[in-house]
Amino acid sequence: MSGVLVITEQRAGELNRMSLETIAAGQQLARDLGTTAAAAVAGGSETDKIDLTSFKLDRVYVVRHDLLANYIADAFTAALEQLIRKVAPDYVLFPHTYQVRDYAPKLATRFNQALISDCIALRVENGAPVFARQLFQGKLNADGRAEGAAPHFASVQAGAFRAEQAEAGVAQSEVFTPQLDAGAVRAKPEAPFREAARAIDLSAADIIVSVGRGIREKDNIPLVEQLAQALGGELAASRPICDSGWLPMERQVGSSGQTVSPKVYIAVGISGAIQHLVGMKGSKAIVAINKDADAPIFEVADYGIVGDLFEIVPALTEAVKKIRG
Amino acid sequence: MSWVWKLLKGLTRFRVTGVSAAEGLPPVQAKGMHYKARLQENGCGQPMKIIVCIKQVPVRDSQLRLDGGGRWIQETDLSFEINEPDAYALEEALQLKEKHGGEVIALCAGPERATQSIREALAKGADRAIHVREDNPGVLDTLSLARALAKAVEAEKPDLILTGLQSDDLGYGQTGVVMAELLGMPHATIIMEVEKQDGSIRVKRELENGWFQWITLPLPAVLAIQSGIRKLRYATLMGIKRAKTKEIRTVMAAELAVDTKPAAVIERVYMPRREKHTQILQGAPKQAAQELVEKLRFEVRVI
Repeated sequence: MSGVLVITEQRAGELNRMSLETIAAGQQLARDLGTTAAAAVAGGSETDKIDLTSFKLDRVYVVRHDLLANYIADAFTAALEQLIRKVAPDYVLFPHTYQVRDYAPKLATRFNQALISDCIALRVENGAPVFARQLFQGKLNADGRAEGAAPHFASVQAGAFRAEQAEAGVAQSEVFTPQLDAGAVRAKPEAPFREAARAIDLSAADIIVSVGRGIREKDNIPLVEQLAQALGGELAASRPICDSGWLPMERQVGSSGQTVSPKVYIAVGISGAIQHLVGMKGSKAIVAINKDADAPIFEVADYGIVGDLFEIVPALTEAVKKIRG
Repeated sequence: MSWVWKLLKGLTRFRVTGVSAAEGLPPVQAKGMHYKARLQENGCGQPMKIIVCIKQVPVRDSQLRLDGGGRWIQETDLSFEINEPDAYALEEALQLKEKHGGEVIALCAGPERATQSIREALAKGADRAIHVREDNPGVLDTLSLARALAKAVEAEKPDLILTGLQSDDLGYGQTGVVMAELLGMPHATIIMEVEKQDGSIRVKRELENGWFQWITLPLPAVLAIQSGIRKLRYATLMGIKRAKTKEIRTVMAAELAVDTKPAAVIERVYMPRREKHTQILQGAPKQAAQELVEKLRFEVRVI
């Protein structure tokens, strides 16, 4: 077919939002390359519930097999390898999800290619795509190109494209049945489970004061907690704080924690690794307090104070108390 | 009666290790036995040979400057450290060794400066190291690098290969998965817990949105360890001293003769454009705090 093939992702017959974002990315790339986009979804019988035919796509491939009902890297790689050999696209795009991170590099290796992972933008120059990625936890960006024989593989970061921009249309759907050997699927998965229900719903908070590595010690946390209390907001944290057990996991914001969009998000001593940013960049207003003026958090911040949080936070708490009494 | 017990234990030891008592080997000979047999007799279960992939990256808070060509950063003034996600893989490997016995081998690709990080891994408790020396790391993309690493450890026949989740510099997050494919091993990523079983390994994977899943993989296997799952240890003075005598085998990347045709190349590195116009509030802490409160009150209107 040449063109662009978008591999979407579903769980229990429901597509995730990032899949729609990746369809938008694939359509844009195809348009800029003067070619067409197709999409695929893989799974067991639950794929019946997925309908991608209302998007502007060349074709929709439903890759269906009982061995794909529970995700396992071996089965997904084998099934999608067969689909890609049949469809022969020039570019294969994925949403950069945990699942994609688990199998897409393996799949690309089968084609002697490397996955250009976690792209934040795609554009076409001189007839070939330029893939923009972040380096050094978002401190720098890099433009890269794919080399060697097609197909080329890339994954797209959450939020890099907008799901609403996925263009509507009418697509033909076909079922693709891969040849899978149960004996070649080496991992034995157990049923996914959720740990202790979340007691704190950060998504309902108007004001969130969030603390990161800059706080240095558990004993310093009350400093930030007092600011949250003075503001009548919730206390949250970046992953390293929860990993260290300084605050419970349910207060974690980011790709592995909660996604929040309060009226104001005050990031204290948080550098702003992308895993954190995806969980809070939808906030109406963002305040960053950090000693490093180059920290990526300042790129998404509306207001910033560059300095020592141990001086700024108490001063801020005092100033808030004066108003609130 | 205790001498009888000792004798019985001694006999069992001989049987387990396949050395017949009739050969009359004194117990001290046990030291020279294969380490797997030695640990089995000690009742530690099956020991594992674990390879841990570590990368050396600039320390986290480094001030980065672009190099003249705009293709990479200026490395001259930077300090380097073990990529933090890899430090968690190393910690997991050391704890598995402490529990089940075996050997931990640090594997690192990089220029000469990487020796410092390799020594650190040895000081923390790795038994020996393999340094895949590539003085110009920019020439290898993730696929070529994984090929070199896979080739460098193939002959070791490891039971387990551990990596961190991703590197803090390039952040591709795929070296381990690609190595698994090249070595024909199963793999799993974003691992929170590792349970050693007989001939297999049961691991807890983190899925998205607070979901988890246990999966069981036959050994040998490759695991990408989630950051933060354990407390990292510091190297002890004794560890640092011991590290000096531990073996570092250096292999020149070029000598591994793997295919290095790039699949992905970086053309340009640049400072990100700010997504937003950020108002930086200046002045002494009190003044900046006061100004922020004004903004929160009159612009954001949350106070």
